[in-house]
Amino acid sequence: MSSLFEEIREPVASDVPVRRVSITVNGEKRTADVEPRLLLAHLLRQGLGLTGTHTGCDTSNCGACTVLFDGKAIKSCTMLAVQADGHEVTTVEGLAGPSELHPIQEGFKDEHGLQCGFCTPGMMLAAKALLDENPDPTEDEVRWALSGNLCRCTGYQNIVKSVLWAAQKLQSQSAS
Amino acid sequence: MYPSRFRYEAPRSIDEAVALLHQGAGEAKVLAGGQSLVPLLKLRFAAPELLVDINSLPGLDYHRVDADGTIRVGALCRHADLERSTILATRQPTMAAAARVIADPIVRNRGTLVGSLCHADPQGDWASVVTALGGYVTAQGSSGRRNIPIAQFVTGPFQNALAHDEVAVEAVIPAPKGTVAGGYLKLERRVGDFATAGAAVALEMSGAVVTRAGIALTGVGGSTIDAADAAHALVGGPLTADSIGRAADLAAQAAQPRTDHRGSADYKRHIVRTFVERILTRVAQPTERAA
Repeated sequence: MSSLFEEIREPVASDVPVRRVSITVNGEKRTADVEPRLLLAHLLRQGLGLTGTHTGCDTSNCGACTVLFDGKAIKSCTMLAVQADGHEVTTVEGLAGPSELHPIQEGFKDEHGLQCGFCTPGMMLAAKALLDENPDPTEDEVRWALSGNLCRCTGYQNIVKSVLWAAQKLQSQSAS
Repeated sequence: MYPSRFRYEAPRSIDEAVALLHQGAGEAKVLAGGQSLVPLLKLRFAAPELLVDINSLPGLDYHRVDADGTIRVGALCRHADLERSTILATRQPTMAAAARVIADPIVRNRGTLVGSLCHADPQGDWASVVTALGGYVTAQGSSGRRNIPIAQFVTGPFQNALAHDEVAVEAVIPAPKGTVAGGYLKLERRVGDFATAGAAVALEMSGAVVTRAGIALTGVGGSTIDAADAAHALVGGPLTADSIGRAADLAAQAAQPRTDHRGSADYKRHIVRTFVERILTRVAQPTERAA
């Protein structure tokens, strides 16, 4: 599979070697031939068809493109696809199976944590990284962890509630 | 936004990285955390022919303290590592305060202190912190290793003293001779925005007497500003309302802010004065802050 820059119709440069990368995406090993300048966000969206990862600002500000990279939240518009070679990436599609909801997704549904939904995948993955590290965060800690993710519907109040809801659900699951 | 085309190499050793940079003959760029470089590539403000990704280099992700108290931060130590660091929390209040306000939490997972120094953004926080602490950068190149004091390392806005075939491998904060105190304060319109203004204060004390002081300013000039006169005003005596006020005034005078969409020059100068005064007052009256 080739993930070049078809959409901007630039020919593949002959002097820039295309590199084969192998990335574990949502638990599945994927390989792609990429130009070094391809961004991870574009590989995920255009190359692998995982359009749950949104590109919002494209300037490393908004966090809509947040994915987990070896378990840590990163902005996939600010990482080259070649840098992910040999690493593990989790996107929003990897949170739960197609017919299930992850407790974080349930939380966003239950607590109305989204309006337009554009920032939501990034919010969920930033929340996942937080809850993996700190299963019982305070409201302040949730706000701190999400401070790199922008919501233009100004829905922060409910997003924070959603994450706290998910924290409780995950804790009760692990207790039972 | 798409970067211009470049070749990409991910060397496995510093020697290999240096050799690649040498071959690049000034058209190569080192990629560490990438949180400033990748946006610049996308905007095509930077268009190197070769990107040398140092993320695969082993043994550079450390930060540690030597027996004598020297703090060393490797080129792949991320801001998040420093934010969670017990070493900084217990030994270095200026760095600990700065670590938690760098960019935003997601950027902190990738970005590096050493990379921030190399990027030399006048609005970068770490250059101010390392300036206030009198630190230096260790660079490795074709002709060996050398230490570059931070004042000489940052040569201007987005400019550093590295030769084209040198990799900055470590930032070093020299061992303090006295008790360490200080802090870092920054005003930003929202998390992740560039600093409207910031101030780093680093003190060493012997009892109540200041034995060494460093004050540096973020975002209020064409480069990181070393407010040396303000710092000198503190050395040799205890922190009093008078000495704190004098240092804060001198720091405000050292600032060279410009009026822009983040605020007027006067406003930014006022922030500098307030921040320096606030940090020093907290050091002088730690119990009042707790109350």
